[in-house]
Amino acid sequence: MQPTNRSRRILLPVKMWFVYTTLFTALFLNYIPTGHLPAVPDFVALVLAFWCIREPLKIGIGAGFVFGLLTDIGVGAALGQHAFAYVLVAYAANELSRRVLWFTPVEQALHVLPLLFLSQVVMVIVRLMAGAEFPGWWMFFGSFVAAVLWIPLHYVLLLPQYQPTERDENRPI
Amino acid sequence: MVGHSPPPFFKRGPAPLAKLVFFLVLSLALLVSDLKLRYLDAFRQGLSVLAYPLQMAAATPADFVRNASDYFASLVRLQIENKELKSKQLQGGERLLRLEQLEQENRHLRTLLEARERQPVKSTVAEIMYTAKDPFSRKVILDKGAQAGIEAGQAVVDDVGVVGQITRVFPMQSELTLLTDKDQAIPVMVVRSGLRAVLFGSGDGLMELRYLAANADVQPGDKIVTSGLDGVFLAGLPVATVARVERDQAQTFARIPCLPAAGVERFTHVLVLGHRESLPARPPEVEPVVGKLKGRKARPAKE
Repeated sequence: MQPTNRSRRILLPVKMWFVYTTLFTALFLNYIPTGHLPAVPDFVALVLAFWCIREPLKIGIGAGFVFGLLTDIGVGAALGQHAFAYVLVAYAANELSRRVLWFTPVEQALHVLPLLFLSQVVMVIVRLMAGAEFPGWWMFFGSFVAAVLWIPLHYVLLLPQYQPTERDENRPI
Repeated sequence: MVGHSPPPFFKRGPAPLAKLVFFLVLSLALLVSDLKLRYLDAFRQGLSVLAYPLQMAAATPADFVRNASDYFASLVRLQIENKELKSKQLQGGERLLRLEQLEQENRHLRTLLEARERQPVKSTVAEIMYTAKDPFSRKVILDKGAQAGIEAGQAVVDDVGVVGQITRVFPMQSELTLLTDKDQAIPVMVVRSGLRAVLFGSGDGLMELRYLAANADVQPGDKIVTSGLDGVFLAGLPVATVARVERDQAQTFARIPCLPAAGVERFTHVLVLGHRESLPARPPEVEPVVGKLKGRKARPAKE
């Protein structure tokens, strides 16, 4: 695979333990008790979307569901709230994967933004139907921050897959 | 052509759409059973044991920030706070001295009246660790849990008034739902008029007295205390002050927003009150005497 489908650089295959490590790291970031601070991005949704776009054959809806449940437990939300949203994100990211990978990271971020935004809208609808209070519009700012984070994330999460640029004559690939 | 199936390397398990529908239905079922039926508390407890180490690790930065801000709190502020506390203690001291005598007197009077004595309750001091991240509710996490003997349903107060109620208990921590949460209700009494009502959180940091008639005897500035009718909160704890009263002729009920008395959204140490002892048995249902009371329902005597 390449960093994007237009790139001529060949990447090493992804290691699944690295995928799950990054997902758990994102879970850790989600667990940091920021209270009702505005514009805190949903790291798990972001990293999940990233891997579902990069590796649609290896990671998908099931992982979204499990990490959604773990997020629900950790942040004290209704059980199934994040699971519902992440399942949708994972499905949409899997389906969009073949299209999104043709774009540059910035354009990819523009594709991911509506995904994350919709996941928040879904959560708000679910909770409002259950009779919770509306948390305020600032909450949606989080997905814009997450979309900006996509650009550095695109390099950081692919770092282990990059190969040295100096070619070794004895090992052409 | 018969028997042609795709080669195995195209196999991806069930179709993505089928998987999507399955997991969506599953999470919807979880949502309904958690929010509406409250079946999943045991399941949540089980999963929370798994999430606990990660949660603890994630809470460390918040701890660090809190401790650091404590550390760098200026000397001046501490001195002012110290002075305030001392004067408060002096003011309270005089009342405290009289309290014992009053309690004694109260006990005597109550025995004279053959009323039940008010039980003292066991209480636990707990510290608020952080605000729960769920933006849809107003909950905080306390640093004491089931191991400190805390149970779900206990009332929580600070030095000024009622703060909220314990809603979930984990082994090492517990979740306190603040009075301002939209799902939280507390039976109260207006001190001036003795009017009983129920106070609901309204979600915007305020509370609301609901279901009071438009001509109810409530004025801005009225103090509201717990009525103790629920058997959870002790009677007479300050809860809120009436902020304003909006009477609309078109509506049956008045709209009465109230300001919480306790620093519901800004405190660090709270007191978790023990469960009240069991309430007296309900009085037996009085059979309505049809002949004597025409059409009027027999009312059980007030306490």
